[in-house]
Amino acid sequence: MAGNPFGNLFGQSPIRPIQEHMATAHSCATHLSGYFEAVIAGDWDKAKEIQKQISKLEGDADKLKKQVRLNMPKSLFMPVPRSDLLDLVTMQDKIANCTKDIAGIMLGRKMAIPEKMAPIMAEYVQEAVATSAQALKAIQEMDELLETGFRGREVKVVEDLIKELDRLENKNDKLQVKVRAMLFKLEKDLPPVDVMFLYKIIDWVGELADRAQKVGSRLERLLAS
Amino acid sequence: MSIIAEHGQILLIMACLFGFFMAWGVGANDVANAMGTSVGSKALTIKQAILIAMIFEFAGAYLAGGEVTSTIRKGILDPALINNSPELLVYGMMAALLAAGTWLLIASMKGWPVSTTHSIVGALVGFAAVGISVDAVNWGKVGTIVASWVVSPVLAGTISFGLFMSVQKLILNTEKPFQNAKKYVPMYMFAVGFMIAMVTLLKGLKHLGIEVDLGLGSKFANALPVAAVIGIIVAIIGKGMLTKVKEEVIPEDANRFGNVERVFAILMIFTACAMAFAHGSNDVANAVGPLAAIASVIGSGGEIASKSALPPWILLLGGGGIVIGLATYGFKVMATIGKKITELTPSRGFAAELGAATTVVFASATGLPISTTHTLVGAVLGVGLARGIGALNLRVVGSIFMSWVITLPAGAGLAILFFFTFKGIFS
Repeated sequence: MAGNPFGNLFGQSPIRPIQEHMATAHSCATHLSGYFEAVIAGDWDKAKEIQKQISKLEGDADKLKKQVRLNMPKSLFMPVPRSDLLDLVTMQDKIANCTKDIAGIMLGRKMAIPEKMAPIMAEYVQEAVATSAQALKAIQEMDELLETGFRGREVKVVEDLIKELDRLENKNDKLQVKVRAMLFKLEKDLPPVDVMFLYKIIDWVGELADRAQKVGSRLERLLAS
Repeated sequence: MSIIAEHGQILLIMACLFGFFMAWGVGANDVANAMGTSVGSKALTIKQAILIAMIFEFAGAYLAGGEVTSTIRKGILDPALINNSPELLVYGMMAALLAAGTWLLIASMKGWPVSTTHSIVGALVGFAAVGISVDAVNWGKVGTIVASWVVSPVLAGTISFGLFMSVQKLILNTEKPFQNAKKYVPMYMFAVGFMIAMVTLLKGLKHLGIEVDLGLGSKFANALPVAAVIGIIVAIIGKGMLTKVKEEVIPEDANRFGNVERVFAILMIFTACAMAFAHGSNDVANAVGPLAAIASVIGSGGEIASKSALPPWILLLGGGGIVIGLATYGFKVMATIGKKITELTPSRGFAAELGAATTVVFASATGLPISTTHTLVGAVLGVGLARGIGALNLRVVGSIFMSWVITLPAGAGLAILFFFTFKGIFS
């Protein structure tokens, strides 16, 4: 009796897998603070170790992303539009990809962070990771949203979480300006190519926070539907 | 005449066997659909679901199944046309039972969606139109029945949509959902008890010759206070069960509505009872309706009475067949379905089940044979439209609705085949 029609009527809700995917993407991002610590301390063995973990988690996130996509056929009727959910997963996945890129290029080029920049750089990375943590917090409300039919009080809760997420991203933006200014002061004493890449890393960390914020705005779009 | 007199005994025994076979099929497949929702939402274990099904399917068949049985027995055919050859009616009814039972067996082996109601109605219409004459079918009545197949899922969907929205408004979307759940859930329990009692009092008991008379003028007025009392008793029992549900601390990342759902799980025990009752009242009747017709012809020595009392042993046989079908095979099906319906939380399951059960019980009261599974599908879609279910597979809905179309000619074809076989054997 594998083909009982009534049993087959129920598809698997994509919400739990989406939450799992976000949790994986975020745990990928959390490794970044430890990674920068190791780089600043010049401990390349440890950095390599962490980079491996980041890479593995990014792979896990990719697998989860594929699963979510494959389990969402067009014939599925859901409380929110399918395309919005797929967009959300794509955005979440970019957090993991971004993390992997940062760790990969820094390890490959053995990029050292100038001593004077180290504290503010560490703080900057920390802030980006915090933004991703806030995005995860918002995504974890999705099952409660389903419970209330994406209506009412719960929507307000999620909107507040997203507001906080926007605030964190904004803070990170402001910090980015400071980090850039600091590098601008130091750049004439550093090898030009290294400086080029340092600017790139600063951009990418900013992008990480930016993508976490975009996860929030994709979630907001679900609420508006 | 002589045929009935000569082979009456053997015909009746055969009819009982076929009726039992059909009831077994209903118990093995159909009940699992009706009860699977409760198992899937973890409100009941499989053992508990089977126990509830046994008691309430039986009660539903016995207390409220009479009206549908009459429709199947004499509403679809025009008895006036076959007054001179009652044996044709006996063959036809036997053929219908065997056809529906066989079709049920084939379909469940293949895993096709199938409805017992549709196959039995298709079989009756088939044998009457081909075996007797096109005029022997009461087309008006058949039209009403077919219309009810479309109306019942829509109605169930509307009710469950409304119920779910009321749950949202009163309980889920409030400051203190858990306290409100404890406050309002007994009201829903009252509704369950009241509805079942009301229909049973108005429509069911007359077949058993029981009359409730408080001397309030009309039958309806008499039933009202009795049903209200029963509803209140049900609500009090439910409230007693709810006191056991304590609010637990929920970990940070888990669903905050976990406690609320535990309250609804208690409510679902009640709707599961209602569902089993409703299913028993409608689907058992489908299985034993033809048997009742045969018994009445043979019992009266070849008279086709359009009015005759329904012997209780027939409903008992149907109820017994369902219970045995459930115990021998149905529990497996229930386990399979239960695993697939985990996405249906108790607050949703309750809305769907109560919507479906209400619709089915009212259809039974008006004597309309409808398909419980289709009605339940309609109810589930209603909850889905209220944005209450994570994901529903619409393609499957398509295949379920397709089964309406396939089952009718299949039932009819098989019935015609068996009808002429019996005719050949006995005449």
